[in-house]
Amino acid sequence: MSTLEERAVGAADFADERLGVAKFARNSFNKIFPDHWSFMLGEIALYSFVILIFTGVFLTLFFVPSQHMIVYHGSYAPLRGQKMSEAYASTLNISFNVRAGLVMRQIHHWAADVFIAAIVVHLLRIFFTGAYRKPRELNWIIGSSLLILAIVNGFIGYSLPDDLVSGTGIRIAFSIILSIPVIGSYLAFFVFGSNFPGTAIIPRFFIIHVLILPAIIAALIGAHLAIMWHQKHTQYPGKGRTNRNVVGIPFWPAYALQAGGFFFITSAVIAALGGFVQINPIWLYGPYIPYKVSYAVQPDWYMGWLDGALRLMPSWEAVFGPTYGGHMIPNVFFPAVLLPGITFGLIFAWPWIEKRFSKDNQEHNICDRPREHPVRTSVGVGILMFYIVLFLASATDVLANTFETSLNLMLWTLRIMLFVLPLVAGTVTYLLLREMSQLPSIGEPKTPVEIRRGIDGSFAFGELALHEVDEEILELPEEVAYRSLVGGNGNGHAPHVSEDGEERSSEVGDEHGVFEVPRD
Amino acid sequence: MSEAQLFEGESQEEIHRPLMEKVVAICFILSVVGTIGLGVTYWLGGQPQVEGGFLFLALGGIGVGIVSWGKYLVPQGPYVQERHEMKSAPEDIDAMHASLSRGLGQVGRRKFLLRLLGGAVGVFGIINLFPFLRSLGPVPGKSLFVTNWKHGSELVTADGRVVLASDLEVGGVMTVFPKGFEGEPTNAIDQVILVRAADYNLVTRPGRETWGPQGYLAFSKVCTHAGCPVGLYEELTQQLLCPCHQSLFDVLTGATNVFGPAPRPLPQLPLYIDSDGVLRSQSGFNEPVGPGFWERGA
Repeated sequence: MSTLEERAVGAADFADERLGVAKFARNSFNKIFPDHWSFMLGEIALYSFVILIFTGVFLTLFFVPSQHMIVYHGSYAPLRGQKMSEAYASTLNISFNVRAGLVMRQIHHWAADVFIAAIVVHLLRIFFTGAYRKPRELNWIIGSSLLILAIVNGFIGYSLPDDLVSGTGIRIAFSIILSIPVIGSYLAFFVFGSNFPGTAIIPRFFIIHVLILPAIIAALIGAHLAIMWHQKHTQYPGKGRTNRNVVGIPFWPAYALQAGGFFFITSAVIAALGGFVQINPIWLYGPYIPYKVSYAVQPDWYMGWLDGALRLMPSWEAVFGPTYGGHMIPNVFFPAVLLPGITFGLIFAWPWIEKRFSKDNQEHNICDRPREHPVRTSVGVGILMFYIVLFLASATDVLANTFETSLNLMLWTLRIMLFVLPLVAGTVTYLLLREMSQLPSIGEPKTPVEIRRGIDGSFAFGELALHEVDEEILELPEEVAYRSLVGGNGNGHAPHVSEDGEERSSEVGDEHGVFEVPRD
Repeated sequence: MSEAQLFEGESQEEIHRPLMEKVVAICFILSVVGTIGLGVTYWLGGQPQVEGGFLFLALGGIGVGIVSWGKYLVPQGPYVQERHEMKSAPEDIDAMHASLSRGLGQVGRRKFLLRLLGGAVGVFGIINLFPFLRSLGPVPGKSLFVTNWKHGSELVTADGRVVLASDLEVGGVMTVFPKGFEGEPTNAIDQVILVRAADYNLVTRPGRETWGPQGYLAFSKVCTHAGCPVGLYEELTQQLLCPCHQSLFDVLTGATNVFGPAPRPLPQLPLYIDSDGVLRSQSGFNEPVGPGFWERGA
């Protein structure tokens, strides 16, 4: 035994004698993780969050969450002598005077954008492969909640520097809260501490951004991972993969090394983005002054669909009675409160909506291939297209400039596309998938063809024999040894995998030896 | 076979890949080089692009090194593991039900106490929620209906300079405030955009005959859609554009909302010119300014 091993074993014994961790640790070390590139999307989100914490802690050391107005005398010459909030001035200070401050700020911002992007793509992966089905509905709910929290915290963080662009965003946020029927004006005043703009919103946003929401997000991520750990990861169909087993690499050391290394790779890419790709140069926007506004600015990408919805909404509002004494459901309520409500309501309810139609209450541990579920996939594509059009609509002015057309034409094109494109995309997807299901060779590996050119210029074709990689699926030797010691009372009994990938069980029994595990 | 023997050496699948070992080593060395570069950059005063580049090298070296190690230098299996249904064994479920019912029976039989407890917690929550919310901010009252514009308010610029009738050329535009309220935070609500039209006798709408002396038209600058400043004036078409969501307002017809999501025209501020040539407001706005809210009607 090497000294490293001795020390590690010593530490493990220390922990076991005090906490009794041996069983859990053995179980965890030997846990099998299915391997697929699409399983790394959630990892990217997790690692971005860790980067957000690291860079965020750094930024809090220098950021001053105050709307107190001062005159700037700092090192950025173009803004000297201007009145601005301490929040904005301290962000300038981070960007220009704190060593490595700008790169940290930009890494933080990029990490936030990557965080939410990874969550969205991860959610799409889960959706299109049906990985939210029983028993994973709870993790679907937790993950969707994380998306909401991430978007809200992203927006709040983006607002903190109190620059002209984000300040305008806060103004819109006030109007959106204000638009909620019955309680809107009260809610807006309570959140802002007064009528807009007040002096409380930056300090309040700060504590929400750095403490309250990160704590909730961290707790939910913990629950998300613990549930995934406990339920074991889903896997794609394949040789030897059944609904009752997991095939892949062991947590220790292969998975731990790969996942740990992937954290550093994610960090490296985000650090490169933060270093080389400028993001949110607030010194160019100037401080927030309520009567000033900037042109052709878009919010961060994850707010794009909401901004687009605000732009595409026709100029309607629901009015009851006269100006004084009447009531109103304002215009922005429909795109900015109702639409997100329906969006996330639909996401939360989706597993149960599907269950209503499929009448399927079985456990599913094998992911679907999207092409095998034409209805789900085409509905998903249609809905996704709806949000893509909304996202594009957040740039109506830029698009009109780019295509040298009028805003009017752009707006109406997008309004029509918002309803036409999802239908087209959904229908085309459905027809394609139905077509694909008719093909007998779908999903089969293609036989390679060899083309030989003869000396006389003739060509001869011949099929190349496929030499299949015959991977042998084994159990971890320690698991086999453990079971032989404790007599089939380990993490379950041995699943023997035969040549055709079918599982045949040698004996039936579980940890209690009485209850028969139902198998499919 | 003794227990110790059973576990020892069983999983020692040796993987010999000298080339990959070299790749991993080079990755780690590159990382060290990157970190030293980062340190030197920092020492010399820092530079964002260089810092980003060296961070990429430092972190990427470690990352690619570890992943290659985990992928090519340790056994990949594939290994298989049994998976159990999440649902517990029937006797465990029965035992859970029994314990749950036992406790519920012991507590639930005192229905009166239970209701009283529910009432106590509920009252505590509701009564304490109100002071908590109320401490966060004032109730809106009438504040969304009013601005600081009133009869005789002098129009001033952001730096407090009084606006005279001779200040704007035809086609000119400026942002004005009621005198004394040109600073934060009142300038957010009181901001008004002053436009000078070519027609000195222009009447934007019936009933507003005296509102625009010498072509001076004043409108609330707070967009009726989402509250952004309606900051862009197109002199050619005499339209105001809100850059946030592209709502267009036609100045000559009283800032009517002609395009985009804005649901209402910008409220017009009635003006007059006093004997010293100073622009003043005849009164406040005749409707609430800015985006809609529940307590107002049309």
